Amino acid sequence: MQFMLLFSRQGKLRLQKWYVPLSDKEKKKITRELVQTVLARKPKMCSFLEWRDLKIVYKRYASLYFCCAIEDQDNELITLEIIHRYVELLDKYFGSVCELDIIFNFEKAYFILDEFLLGGEVQETSKKNVLKAIEQADLLQEKTETMYHSKIFIGFKKAY
Amino acid sequence: MVAPSLKLQDLIEEIRGAKTQAQEREVIQKECAHIRASFRDGDPVHRHRQLAKLLYVHMLGYPAHFGQMECLKLIASSRFTDKRVGYLGAMLLLDERHDAHLLITNSIKNDLSQGIQPVQGLALCTLSTMGSAEMCRDLAPEVEKLLLQPSPYVRKKAILTAVHMIRKVPELSSVFLPPCVHLLHERHHGILLGTITLIMELCERSPAALRHFRKVVPQLVHILRTLVTTGYSTEHSISGVSDPFLQVQILRLLRILGRNHEESSETMNDLLAQVATNTDTSRNAGNAVLFETVLTIMDIHSAAGLRVLAVNILGRFLLNSDRNIRYVALTSLLRLVQSDHSAVQRHRPTVVDCLQETDASLSRRALELSLALVNSSNVRAMMQELQAFLESCPPDLRADCASGILLAAERFAPTKRWHIDTILHVLTTAGTHVRDDAVANLTQLIGGAQELHAYSVHRLYNALAEDISQQPLVQVAAWCIGEYGDLLLEGNCEEIEPLQVDEEEVLALLEKVLQSHMSLPATRGYALTALMKLSTRLQGDNNRIRQVVSIYRSCLDVELQQRAVEYDTLFRKYDHMRAAILEKMPLVERDGPQADEEAKESKEAAQLSEAAPAPTEPQASQLLDLLDLLDGASGDAQHPPPLDPSPGGALVYLLDLPCAPLPPAPIPDLKVFEREGVQLNLSFIRPPENPALLLITITATNSSEGDVTNFICQAAVPKSLQLQLQAPSGNTVPARGGLPITQLFRILNPNKAPLRLKLRLTYNHFHQSVQEIFEVNNLPVESWQ
Repeated sequence: MQFMLLFSRQGKLRLQKWYVPLSDKEKKKITRELVQTVLARKPKMCSFLEWRDLKIVYKRYASLYFCCAIEDQDNELITLEIIHRYVELLDKYFGSVCELDIIFNFEKAYFILDEFLLGGEVQETSKKNVLKAIEQADLLQEKTETMYHSKIFIGFKKAY
Repeated sequence: MVAPSLKLQDLIEEIRGAKTQAQEREVIQKECAHIRASFRDGDPVHRHRQLAKLLYVHMLGYPAHFGQMECLKLIASSRFTDKRVGYLGAMLLLDERHDAHLLITNSIKNDLSQGIQPVQGLALCTLSTMGSAEMCRDLAPEVEKLLLQPSPYVRKKAILTAVHMIRKVPELSSVFLPPCVHLLHERHHGILLGTITLIMELCERSPAALRHFRKVVPQLVHILRTLVTTGYSTEHSISGVSDPFLQVQILRLLRILGRNHEESSETMNDLLAQVATNTDTSRNAGNAVLFETVLTIMDIHSAAGLRVLAVNILGRFLLNSDRNIRYVALTSLLRLVQSDHSAVQRHRPTVVDCLQETDASLSRRALELSLALVNSSNVRAMMQELQAFLESCPPDLRADCASGILLAAERFAPTKRWHIDTILHVLTTAGTHVRDDAVANLTQLIGGAQELHAYSVHRLYNALAEDISQQPLVQVAAWCIGEYGDLLLEGNCEEIEPLQVDEEEVLALLEKVLQSHMSLPATRGYALTALMKLSTRLQGDNNRIRQVVSIYRSCLDVELQQRAVEYDTLFRKYDHMRAAILEKMPLVERDGPQADEEAKESKEAAQLSEAAPAPTEPQASQLLDLLDLLDGASGDAQHPPPLDPSPGGALVYLLDLPCAPLPPAPIPDLKVFEREGVQLNLSFIRPPENPALLLITITATNSSEGDVTNFICQAAVPKSLQLQLQAPSGNTVPARGGLPITQLFRILNPNKAPLRLKLRLTYNHFHQSVQEIFEVNNLPVESWQ
C-alpha cells in the first residue's frame, strides 16, 4: 500500500498515513485531487478506480471515506478486507465508532492502524492480538503517567 | 504568568466551533503561538500535548515544521507517553528530505535494544514508515537481532521492517535472506505473513534469491493446505475463510515462484485446484482468495484443465451481484483474452451483457473486452450488440466505441455491403466522434465496390435528407451524390425500395448543406465539388448550378472562393473540357491518396485547364497519368505549391506551366550591352526536367573594326540563387563579326526568387582597357518564375 486517507463527506481530512516519501506539497496535491475524484463518485459505482498509475480502493462507512492507494500487482478485493478489518478494530476499541471518535482521538486511530499495518503491509491478522497490543500500550502509558505525575507533583505542588 | 495550556480535545472543540474559515485560522494561529512559546520555554511536562495539538492542526493543512525538533526531544524522553506522540510526530512531520530525520537514528537504536516491547514496536514502526536509506543501513544489525527474539510481537514487526529496509537498500538482502527459511516454520500467523512478504521482496530483486526460494514451495503448499483444510478458527477467519490475508499472500508468492518453472508449477497444481473449488464464495473474503488463485493459475505453467477452470471462475464472477467482483473479473479477462482466447470466448454473452452496466468504469471494460472478442465467426452478432450500445452509451465512451466498431468491421467484414452499412450506421449514430480518416476510408470503400454504387448513393441520400449535422456523414454523402448522382436519379436499385428523386431535390439538398451554418468549411468544399460534378451527371440544364457556383465566387472563405472561381471558369471558358475533368474517379489504391486529395486533384485539373492555351482530349488522359504521380505526395494542394523539387512538387510546377508535356515556350533573347560595336546578348533556357535551373548563354559579338581581346565576363546574382560560370569559349572576339565568345552561366533558383543579374565586363578594345559594370534590366519573367 502506498497511502491511506480518511476523509469526511465535506472533504475534510481525518487521517493520513503515507508509506512512500513525498513532499508536503505533493501530499497536499494528491490529497486534494483524490478527495475530489472519490467524492464525485456516485453511490452505485464500484469501489475501485484507476488514478494516475495507482489503483484506488475506497469504501464509505457512514460519513467517512476510507481510501487506499495500492500498486498494480496488489489484490483489490483483499484491500477491501483490510479496510473493513481496520473499521472493525476502531469499532471494537471505541465501542460503536463514529466520525467524532476519530476526530477527537486521532492519535489513537493512528496507534491502532500502526498495530495492524506496518510499512504498508499487514502485520497481524488476528483482531484479538491487535487489540491486545493497543491495550498493553495504553496500560503502559497509564502506568508511566501515574508514576510520572506522582514524581512531579512532589516537585511542583506549590505551582497551581 | 503562564496560562495552563489547552488540552488537545478542548482545542479540537474550539476549532470545530469556529463558524468561518477566518475564525478557524485565528484560533489556530493563536494556539500555534502558544505552542511555539511553550517549545521555546522547553516545558517537558506538556510537550507531548503541545505536539499532539500541532499534529492536529497539521492535518487541517496548517504549517507545523517548528515541531520537528520537538519530536526528537519527545522520542529521546523516557516517558512512554512522550515516545508515543514523538514517534507519531516523526512519522507525520519528518521524512528523508529533512536533515533532522537522521537525528532520531540514535534514539531508535536505543529503543530497539532496551527490551520494552511497546517501545520497540514504536521504533520499528517509525523506521519502517519513514526510514531513509542511511537510517536503514545504520540500524540493519539491530533489526536483524530482533528477528531472532522470542517475542512474536517484536519479531513480526522486525520482519516487516526488514522488508522496508530492502526496498530502500537492496544490498541488505544478503543480511535478511538467511533467516527466512527457518521463519517459515513458525506457527504465528503474523510472523508467517511477514516472512512471506519478505521472501517476495527478496525474490523480486534477485534471480538468485528466486532460485534459492523455489525449495520452499512444498512448505508453502503445506501451510496453505493446512489453512484451507483446518476447521474454523475464530481468531483468524473472516466469513468462514481461514485467514484470507495469509492465503492471498501465500498464493502471490507461489505465483512468483511457479512462474516459468515447470517443476514448481506442478507441485502447486493440486493445491490450486483444491483452493479454487473449495473456497466459500458467498462473501468478499472468499472471493478475494479465489481471485488471487485465478491470477496464480494463469501466471504459472498450469495444466490446461486448471486454466479453463480459472477462466470459468472469472466467468462466474461476471454474474456476481457484487459490482466489485464484476470489475476484477472484467479486468482479468481483458488480460487473458490474448493468451486464452477460446476460453474467454465462451463467456462472450455475459461480457456483452455487462455493456449495460451503469458504472462507467465497468462498461468501459466490458467494451474493451467485447471488442477484443470479435472474430470472423461472431462479427455480425457482435456488431449488432455494439451498435446498439453505441446508440445508448455514455458520451465519453462514444469515440472509443465508434473507432472500435470501425476497426473490427475493417478486419472482419463478411461482405462489402455489410461493411458499408456498418460504417454508415456508425456515422449516423456517432458521426461527431469518429476519427478523421473514417471519411476517407468510407469513400475509398464505396469507390471500390462498383456493384454497390447505386445502393450506397441511395442510402446516403436518404441519410443526408434526414440529417445534415453529422459532418463525416455529410462529407461522404456529398461526395457520393456528386460521383454517382446519375445512379441516384435512375431510381432503381433492387436492394432498397425504389425512390423517386428528382434533380431539383438533389440540388436543393446540396445547396442546403452548402449554406448550413453547421457545415464545416471542408464539408462545404465537398458539397460545392459535388454540385459541380452533377453538372455533367444530370440531364437538365445547369443554370441552377451555375448560379450557385457564381455566388460563391465572392465567398469569404478563401478555399470555397477559389473552387468557385475555378468551376465558374470551367463553365465559361472551358466548357468543352468539363465532362472530361469531372469524369468518375478511378479506383484508388489502398495506400494511395486519400479521397480528400482526389477531390483536390480534380480541382488541380481545373487549375491546369485555366493555364493551358490549347488543351486537347489526349491531354486529359495524360493528365490522369500525371495524377498517378501524386501517389507519393502528401498534403493538400490548397497551400502554395511546395517549394522543394520532390516528384510531387515537380508535378505542381509542371501544372503551373502551360502544357507540361509540351516543350516549354522559348524565352526571347535579351541584348544587355552595346558599346562601339561590341555587343553582349543573353539567351535563356529552362530545361523542363529541372525547373529550378536556368541556363544563360552570353554571347559577345564584335562588329567593330578593332579586335576585342582579354575579354572577361563576371556575373553576380542575389544570395538566394546559386551561380556557376563555365569556362568561356575564348577571350578574343575578332573584328568585323568574328567568332563570338560564348559562356554558359548555370543559375539554380529553387525558391523562384526574382532573378537579378549584375555583369562586369573587362576587355581591351582599340588599345584601351574597358571596364563596364551594370545590372541587367528587363530580365524576362519566364527566366525565373
